[in-house]
Amino acid sequence: MIDSSWWYSLAGGALIGLASGGLMLLNGRIAGISGVLHIAIGGKGSREEWRWAFLAGLVLTGTIAQLVFPNAISTSRFTPKDVVVTVVAGLLVGFGTRMGGGCTSGHGICGLARFSPRSLVAVLVFLGTGMLVTAIMRMMGGM
Amino acid sequence: MAAIISAMLLGAFFAVGLLISGMTDPANIKGFLDITGNWRPQLMAVLGAGVVVTWVVYAFARRQSRPMVESVFHWPAATHIDGPLLIGAALFGTGWALAGYCPGPALVAMGSLTPMAIVFVLAMMGGSLAHQAFARHREAAAKTIVSEG
Repeated sequence: MIDSSWWYSLAGGALIGLASGGLMLLNGRIAGISGVLHIAIGGKGSREEWRWAFLAGLVLTGTIAQLVFPNAISTSRFTPKDVVVTVVAGLLVGFGTRMGGGCTSGHGICGLARFSPRSLVAVLVFLGTGMLVTAIMRMMGGM
Repeated sequence: MAAIISAMLLGAFFAVGLLISGMTDPANIKGFLDITGNWRPQLMAVLGAGVVVTWVVYAFARRQSRPMVESVFHWPAATHIDGPLLIGAALFGTGWALAGYCPGPALVAMGSLTPMAIVFVLAMMGGSLAHQAFARHREAAAKTIVSEG
C-alpha cells in the first residue's frame, strides 16, 4: 500500500487537497497542521473543539492503518543516535513552524493554493534548506 | 456537533492522503530532499496535486456566503515577508531533513505507534510551546525598550 510511485503520489496529493479545501469549505478553516496542533495543546489562539477533532482524525487513521496493514508503516528499529537526532529535529520543527507561521500543509498546500507570496517564500526556504542539509549530511558520510 | 464530525472526517481524509502518497515514511521524505544522491521526485506530485485540488475547492468556497457547518470563513490575513518567516522556515526545513517528518505525517505515524514518530511529536510540541515563551519574552523586552526610550 505504501508506495511512492507517481500514481500513488498524485492520488494521495489529490486526497490531501480535498481534505485541505474541504476544511475551508465546511469548517471555514485553513488546514495548517502545525498551527492546529499548537493551539490545541495550549498555544495562543481560539481553542475550539474542531482542532482536537481534526487531530484525532489524523492520529486515529494512523492507528487504523497500522491495524489493517501491520507491515505498511516503517520499521521500529532505531539506535540511541536516532533518538537524539529525532528529538533535535522535533524541537526545530516545532519552533520553526511557529516562528515561520506554518509547515508543509499551511504554507505548502493551503498557502500556495491561495497564491500567497509569503507562503511561496516559506516553501522555497524550507525546501531549499531541507535539500541543503541533506546534501551536507551526505557529504559528511550520511546519517 | 456537525463542525466536529466534519473536522474529524477531514482529518482522516488528510491522513489517508498522506499514507497513500508515502509522506508518512521518512525514507520517502529523505529521498525527496536528497537531490545530490538518489533523488525521488515523486513528492513534487503530492504537493502539485494537493495545491491544485485545494485551489479548486477554495475557488468554490469563495463563492459561498459562509462555510457549510460554521458561521464564518477564516482566511489568513498575514502577508508580510520578514526575518522570522525566513528563519522559521529554515529551522523547519532543517528538522524536516533530519527526521524525515513534518507535522502531519508525524501525527499519523504516531497513531501507528511508530516509536520515532512519538518521540518526534513530543519534541515538536515542546518546540512549539518554547517558541511561544520565546515570543512572549521578546515582546516584553521590546515593551521595556519602548518605555525606557
